[in-house]
Amino acid sequence: MVETYRGGLELLCDSKKIHNVNVEFEQQNGEDKLTMKGLLSWVRTNLIKERPEMFMKGDTVRPGVLVLVNDCDWELSGQLNTSLEEKDVVVFISTLHGG
Amino acid sequence: MSWRWGLGQANLLKSSILVVGAGGLGAPALLYFAASGVGKLGIVDHDKVELNNMHRQIIHTEAYIGQPKVKSAAAACRSVNSSIEVVEHQEALRTSNALEIFSKYDIIVDATDNAPTRYMISDCCVVLGKPLVSGAAVGLEGQLTIYNHNGGPCYRCLFPTPPPRTACQSCADAGVLGVVPGIIGCLQALEAIKIAASVGEPLSGRMLLFDALSARIRIVKIRGRSMQCEACGENSTFNQQYFREFDYEKFTQTPLCVFWLSLRPIMKLIFESRISSKEYSEIILNKEPHVLVDVRPAHHFKIVSLPNSLNIPFSTLESRLPEISSILKKDEEEKDAVSESSAPPLYVVCRRGNDSQRAVQYLHKMGFNSAKDIVGGVESWAQNVDPNFPTY
Repeated sequence: MVETYRGGLELLCDSKKIHNVNVEFEQQNGEDKLTMKGLLSWVRTNLIKERPEMFMKGDTVRPGVLVLVNDCDWELSGQLNTSLEEKDVVVFISTLHGG
Repeated sequence: MSWRWGLGQANLLKSSILVVGAGGLGAPALLYFAASGVGKLGIVDHDKVELNNMHRQIIHTEAYIGQPKVKSAAAACRSVNSSIEVVEHQEALRTSNALEIFSKYDIIVDATDNAPTRYMISDCCVVLGKPLVSGAAVGLEGQLTIYNHNGGPCYRCLFPTPPPRTACQSCADAGVLGVVPGIIGCLQALEAIKIAASVGEPLSGRMLLFDALSARIRIVKIRGRSMQCEACGENSTFNQQYFREFDYEKFTQTPLCVFWLSLRPIMKLIFESRISSKEYSEIILNKEPHVLVDVRPAHHFKIVSLPNSLNIPFSTLESRLPEISSILKKDEEEKDAVSESSAPPLYVVCRRGNDSQRAVQYLHKMGFNSAKDIVGGVESWAQNVDPNFPTY
């Protein structure tokens, strides 16, 4: 799975914009699918190096962060319940205000 | 040009476009609007032209430094095309004047640089039913989309809750490569001209993400209009009256204008824990022992810094507290053992005096009671103490 961080969010994970990750997750309640919810908690534990509050709020992303799964707003695929498959591309992008 | 455009040009001549912000995004957009023959072109800005704008705000020239950006931009547009009407709105956009100004135009272009103004512009467009071409750029990245057009989402549909203040960077603070807002501004001009001329597919319901460093442009699908949206949703009560009374600074916890930050510090400390740059210069002159911590980002510190200062960027302060403790302790030990045993005073400086206040407040909380901030930061130092100190 590929993850990208843009709009300054990359600064929270060693300034690296693109992460090729292999998420190992525990099966829960017999479900064997990884969801965005599972990915976010994995990211928080394994990738975010500083200021997690700049990335997450509660169990979801903080206001002002757009999440794209395969170039599509996660709002259209079920947000935290979006199920992920191998080779999916997830982009976390912080909205910009400057100009 | 194809026959389709023939009618497009006639449409363009009949159209009116308002550009909010004559900065890095607005500069190229305005030039293209003027050159392409938009019938009526409005410009809103309250700011003055500064030398440090020049690298990105290409509509302005050195001859206009110190003059209103609106005046400079309007003159440039008129010199490109004398046949169009250019309207100057030399004022800051407020809930009190936005409705009146916006209602005179068909299309609004958001070329501003801060979150509260972006919410205000979007809400005003929703209330008046105007399409909004919104662009943003910071550093080496840009974003572009059209809001409130053809059933597409508004800014609030996408961002119902404002981001934390610390997540908002302006070009003036974070820096931007001039050509990046230039490219986004050109794309804003393109999208606005397409709407005005009624040609092509507008970038509505989609967002363009530009990454200059890797030379990548990605166009992603974004959500449609949200029925629950506070501004444009089904049960929205957002009307003109509600808009006029909405407090955008409170909503986003950000002053509407970056310049205000220097005048209206968000956190006011008690007088005793602050000193002026002049007072600090006397401390240096008298060789009083002290520790100076500079909380600006490392790349700012590299440009210029005060003598004998230690750079601990605000974002890393928490993790580097032990470092401050050990320095204070060392200085304490070096002092004559018989004299008073209290730690030397700790001073904190930043660019304009906002982060330093936050840092001092935090340091007090963590038990560093001697911490004081230097009012107005290194900018005040340059203004009041050392006129040769470079500002940026």
